[in-house]
Amino acid sequence: MKRALLAFAAVATLPVFTISPYVLNMAATAGIFVMLAAGLYIVVGYCGLLDLGFAAFFAIGAYTSGILATRFELPLVATLPAVLCATVLAGIVIGGPTLRLRSDYLAIVTLGFGEIVRVTATRLEITGGPTGIYGIPPLAADPVAFFYLVLVVTALALTGAARLGRSKLGRAWQYVREDEDAAEATGISTYRVKLAAYVLGSVWGGLAGVLFASQLSAISPASFTFLQSALVLVAVVLGAARNITGVILAAAFVAVTPELLRAFPDARYFLFGVLLVVVMLLRHRRRATA
Amino acid sequence: MPLLELSGVDISYGGVRAVRDLSLHVGDGEIVALLGANGAGKSTTLAAISGLVRPSAGRISLGGTDLAALSPAAIVRLGAGHVPEGRRVFGGLTVRENLQLGGYVLADEREVNRRVAAVCELLPVLAERRAQNAATLSGGEQQLLAIGRALIARPRLLMLDEPTMGLAPRMARTVLGLVKEINQQGTSVLLVEQNARAALGLAQRGYVLSRGRLGLHGDAAGLRADRRVIEAYLG
Repeated sequence: MKRALLAFAAVATLPVFTISPYVLNMAATAGIFVMLAAGLYIVVGYCGLLDLGFAAFFAIGAYTSGILATRFELPLVATLPAVLCATVLAGIVIGGPTLRLRSDYLAIVTLGFGEIVRVTATRLEITGGPTGIYGIPPLAADPVAFFYLVLVVTALALTGAARLGRSKLGRAWQYVREDEDAAEATGISTYRVKLAAYVLGSVWGGLAGVLFASQLSAISPASFTFLQSALVLVAVVLGAARNITGVILAAAFVAVTPELLRAFPDARYFLFGVLLVVVMLLRHRRRATA
Repeated sequence: MPLLELSGVDISYGGVRAVRDLSLHVGDGEIVALLGANGAGKSTTLAAISGLVRPSAGRISLGGTDLAALSPAAIVRLGAGHVPEGRRVFGGLTVRENLQLGGYVLADEREVNRRVAAVCELLPVLAERRAQNAATLSGGEQQLLAIGRALIARPRLLMLDEPTMGLAPRMARTVLGLVKEINQQGTSVLLVEQNARAALGLAQRGYVLSRGRLGLHGDAAGLRADRRVIEAYLG
């Protein structure tokens, strides 16, 4: 807890050193990505459910708030209740029938779900088709304010996820992940527990989507590809030590590195891939010797 | 009326009939041993009582209630505690958290904590290690923890699947001593054991399963003296 507060304070001093919108924007992007990873950590990390379409919830959050805000000229904050409802509903609709299946089937279904949401957004008129939605009102007036908003929301999201992990429900999640049959024999309804993880994860993803819509003021299906789902999963797998700290660092790394590699436009994702492999190997070695 | 009653139970497992036409009962306050070779259907029988697998024929009842329509959670609430084979405590959580998991079906968290404290009194070795990860416990201590976890829900029937498997003889005696103590406090026990001698020493009655069918059964003293049991299990 103390370390978390120190880290929070350290990140909060960033605008003291620079108010470059570029840097603050990048930090906000990283923060949103950390929040996404925290949501997926509930699903994959705590409960052990492999979700390959997590970007779908990110998209549902972003589109729900974007559409409502632009059509009805609402401030983005006013769309939050609708975003919550939409993500919970989507979580139940997808998780409800599939969580009874074995976890590898879940991976395939979520992969399909991610694509369905993206393709639907490309085809529908209300979502603006391939060009998407633009003119979304921002949540904060300037980059510094937005940076602080993201920082606070992400910190709350992380605290919430960590607290859930230590709660009665969180213990049940971990038990289900480790030994589903024994959990069931203990009287844990593994289906309900898994559904709770899936729905909570989707809420986290949806709220991150609202921040994302605010940051870019325009959203399009191109932001919610399978690559996005895969990158969030990479952050969770890369960072998943025993606690959520590793996930924060990994998510920041995954979010920021491609940006830092902009100097090498041709080899950007190639270098990113190589770096990921190197980090994975180093981490693995440290773990093996520890 | 017996506490647990199975009558004419068939259980299929992946197309194979693992248990056929099994009838047995456990009376209030009894310890009953369920014996048999590997693959005889002992663990499958316990899984069916817990609702983890469903019998394809026959009836299972606990305290007179038919279990067919009940979820595993409801069966735990009704009073069946199941300690699965191989201990299966959760290494990543502390001893205390493992015990709390046993109270998952209870709504009142304070009541769970009271019961955790009561189990710690019964098992001082767990009390000392309350804050340690369960993975740091020895095999025997993990077995005690798994039993303690099942006790949190205050079962009327405690089902133990090979509780002494892989334990040193002294630890095995400790575990079986605990089973006796739990029984003396009023909990009925259905004990699956490979160590037939020890199990029949503890139980009042026993059933022998072989390849899914009920073989010999009767009071423990009689089974211990039976030549066929001696040859097959007591060597």
